[in-house]
Amino acid sequence: MILAATTNESLAKMSDLLIYSSMAVYTLAFFAHIAEWVLGSRSKVGRTAAALTQQASAAATAVTVQVKQAAGSTAVLDKPKVVTRSAAGTRDVPDGPGASGGTVKGDLYGRIAVSLTVLAFAIEAAGVVSRALAVQRAPWGNMYEFSTTFSTVAVGSYLGFLLAKKNVRWIGLPLVTTVLLDLGLATTWLKTPSDQLVPALDSYWLWIHVSTAIFCGAVFYLAAVATVLYLFRDSYESKLASGGTPSAFARSVLERLPSAASLDKFSYRVNAAVFPLWTFTIIAGAIWAGDAWGRYWGWDAKEVWSFITWVGYAAYLHARATAGWKGRKAAYIALIAFGCFLFNYYGVNIFVTSKHSYAGVE
Amino acid sequence: MSTTDTTDTSGAAEAERTADAAAGAQLSTAPTEDRGDTPIGGPVLGVVGWIRWFWRQLTSMRVALILLFMLSLGAVPGSLIPQTSADELKVQAFKQAHETLTPLYEKLQFFDVYSSVWFSAIYILLFVSLIGCIVPRSWQFVGQLRSRPPGAPRRLDRLPAYATWRTEAEPEQVREAALTVLKGRRFRAHTAGDAIAAEKGYLREAGNLLFHVALIVILVAFAWGQLFKAEGGKLIVEGDGFSNTLTQYDDFKSGSQFGTEELEPFTFTLDSFDGTYEKSGPQRGTPRTFEAKVRYSEAGGAEKNAVIKVNEPLKVGGSKVYLIAHGYAPVVTVKDGRGKTVFHGAVPLLPIDNNITSTGAIKVMDGYRDKNGKKEQLGFQAFFVPTFAGAGAGTMFSQFPALDFPVMALTGYRGSLGVDSGLPQNVYQLDKSKLIQFTDKSGNKLADRLLPGETMTLPDGAGSITFEKDIKEWASFQISQQPGNGLALAGAIAAIAGLTGSLFIQRRRVWVRAVRGEDGVTVVEMAGLGRSESAKLPEELGDLAGTLTADAPPAAPAPEADPEDGDVPEPAEEPAEDPAPSGEADK
Ligand code: HEM
Repeated sequence: MILAATTNESLAKMSDLLIYSSMAVYTLAFFAHIAEWVLGSRSKVGRTAAALTQQASAAATAVTVQVKQAAGSTAVLDKPKVVTRSAAGTRDVPDGPGASGGTVKGDLYGRIAVSLTVLAFAIEAAGVVSRALAVQRAPWGNMYEFSTTFSTVAVGSYLGFLLAKKNVRWIGLPLVTTVLLDLGLATTWLKTPSDQLVPALDSYWLWIHVSTAIFCGAVFYLAAVATVLYLFRDSYESKLASGGTPSAFARSVLERLPSAASLDKFSYRVNAAVFPLWTFTIIAGAIWAGDAWGRYWGWDAKEVWSFITWVGYAAYLHARATAGWKGRKAAYIALIAFGCFLFNYYGVNIFVTSKHSYAGVE
Repeated sequence: MSTTDTTDTSGAAEAERTADAAAGAQLSTAPTEDRGDTPIGGPVLGVVGWIRWFWRQLTSMRVALILLFMLSLGAVPGSLIPQTSADELKVQAFKQAHETLTPLYEKLQFFDVYSSVWFSAIYILLFVSLIGCIVPRSWQFVGQLRSRPPGAPRRLDRLPAYATWRTEAEPEQVREAALTVLKGRRFRAHTAGDAIAAEKGYLREAGNLLFHVALIVILVAFAWGQLFKAEGGKLIVEGDGFSNTLTQYDDFKSGSQFGTEELEPFTFTLDSFDGTYEKSGPQRGTPRTFEAKVRYSEAGGAEKNAVIKVNEPLKVGGSKVYLIAHGYAPVVTVKDGRGKTVFHGAVPLLPIDNNITSTGAIKVMDGYRDKNGKKEQLGFQAFFVPTFAGAGAGTMFSQFPALDFPVMALTGYRGSLGVDSGLPQNVYQLDKSKLIQFTDKSGNKLADRLLPGETMTLPDGAGSITFEKDIKEWASFQISQQPGNGLALAGAIAAIAGLTGSLFIQRRRVWVRAVRGEDGVTVVEMAGLGRSESAKLPEELGDLAGTLTADAPPAAPAPEADPEDGDVPEPAEEPAEDPAPSGEADK
């Protein structure tokens, strides 16, 4: 009995230690990313501006498709190429070269930053798992646990995108910065000693509902970062297109980001892909509430804000299909929707009394 | 392609303008936006015209969007202001604390946001809009399914994805091969003139319609549930039973359309309640299991055994029995001045902390006479702990939720309990206004701490009260009947399925044109058009082209670049790797 208690406590201590260590490594990754941005340079030929002025003559992007030839065929004269054109109304601008600006030195620091992020992620994940083992349940009983899991999943998804060879390294710096912020908040304000779950939380629906909620939030977050960057990059591009001279900062930093169209597409795809899962999360929560409290929907504060978030994202998806609402307006809606998600997490837990209050902060 | 046009035309729309208008049409069933459709300043509209205008507005995407905004905005106050439906006491407290705001809030129905007139108006309008949108879209979609994909536009090279090559194969041969390949890839394809027209991804539209219909189903199920629901609470001590009739409930609420005769006829008996708790470690005292073992039977049916747990309600017909709370019910025996037992039974006490420190009242209403034979009522205030800290430990509060060291502290009163005044009384509290507390010989108030089996003797031969060894537990249940749950769940599942189809499937068209060029060599042109731009479309087209070139191998290019004109976009110098960082959306 005593033995079991001490293993639990030492596991909990180890979990804390791991979380702090991951913060240290994230900090290193943060500096490596800064070095990447500082040492990398923007492309010498402001390619966005070049593309925008060129556009009158031709659409720029083309994809060469390698076409397999039938064995023994001699007809290798002409492989059909697929030529793409963007829809009218979108600027045809190539993606920026990334933070490193194509320089070897910048790229080196970028790679170091990504490696450090991988390491920090592994340490943080170990911290979350050992916390789970220490409390012998899903590590999602209070805001501290929720926050640490949340940032782990956000970083994990980002690394997943990298692994799938998606062009997402530009998220690195903002992501690592906010992860540090999140962990800082978690380890100071939200720190809660490992403790018990109220019986109503003790259900397999906890695993289903809360894990999908965390995943949705983490991935919505990546999309929100892309949306914010889209708004900046979009005004940069329209300034260039209208012949204005953007600030030196914009020419250096924004120039290196992917094009506004790419950022917009990224955030749309992520939001659209997560939306059904978010719908499922709410439904799973309703089923759980039905089992635990005898009603599946009771307009509890947490339920209300989940619903508001859901309607917000539905409005975003609608806006993209509605004339006059595409582009920046839709992007603002997406940000409002994510704001609702955040409020549901921080605001409702801390300021509103709800059946769902599990902040664990006094 | 113009430099900086900010109009909202899509690639599809441009294709329409420049080439065959039908090519991109009906690629979805989204309503066309006729902005500028305002009757103000226009020709005078009759009533019918106005109604039609209003209807057109209501069912437009723009108004749907605005209504969605209003719905989420309207939901906000209900999460910040206490709601009658959730916590009536909190509403009372709020009203007392905010005297100036209260009248305003009451007028705005802010204490009942989700059943308020204005909130209902928003969602009813939204759903009318939704129905007004779905019905025509469904017909349109059926029409699309019954007709064939539109023929190729004249200028394929204007479309978002385009490929061309020359081949020695005959045009008919190429078309035939294309038809086979496209059909093999589950495109709906047919020959239209000199080209093959093909379309795929109808499930997107079907999914989208299914999703919107499912939303209506969920709303109907929800409304149905609200109108016909019934729920009530009942506290039951081990060994006692319950039969599902109105009079048996401690409290009962029902929807406006619920008739009490609709209560499901069933009965159940609580055989035992078991709680186990973590005994050591940082989690000491944490509940591990709560189980209520019951025997139940439906009207006239055989008796069955069941276990009800916190997250596992018992389902009887359309009713569910939830385990809500539990506590202890010590058994006491009260004897009167003449030694006659006037009360014997379990008294449920209410827990006040996690270790189930409990309080309550024992009321002896009738049958009691003092030693002189005078009729009186007795009341005892009980304070019970399942695990006592020990005498001198400085706390009377319980140390652990299980019955490790049960102790009950009692104080006694005599006089009138006030139960006959006709006012409803809290069974867990004594109304002491007409009661006199017993005092011992030295005039101190009588209070005693009893172990199971011990007896407290009342002074002056007024009788005694015994804390029996047998301590029972009670459990409280919520019995609810909510029709429409199954329907809501079905709607929810359909919504997710529909949404998945709608967001993950691309609806796109592919055309393959094969004509004999001036020099007698066949020119093959291929183009793809999706409802939205996607990196997958050029990929798919390239793949199709790859397959087709096996049947129609490329031949030497024509001497001049393109006979039509020089407008064919030149490939850029750098081969773009992935034109867009794509998420999972188009997996
Ligand atoms: C309860 C309210 C509603 C919700 C939650 C909702 C949600 C959604 C969602 C999530 C999509 C998917 C967007 C996409 O395919 O990218 C969608 C599409 C669509 N909705 Fe709604 N909707 C609602 C009401 C309406 C109403 C009232 C209309 C009628 C005007 C409407 C018309 C459409 C249309 C035409 C599409 C397809 C757009 C496209 O193909 O991209 N919806 N809706």
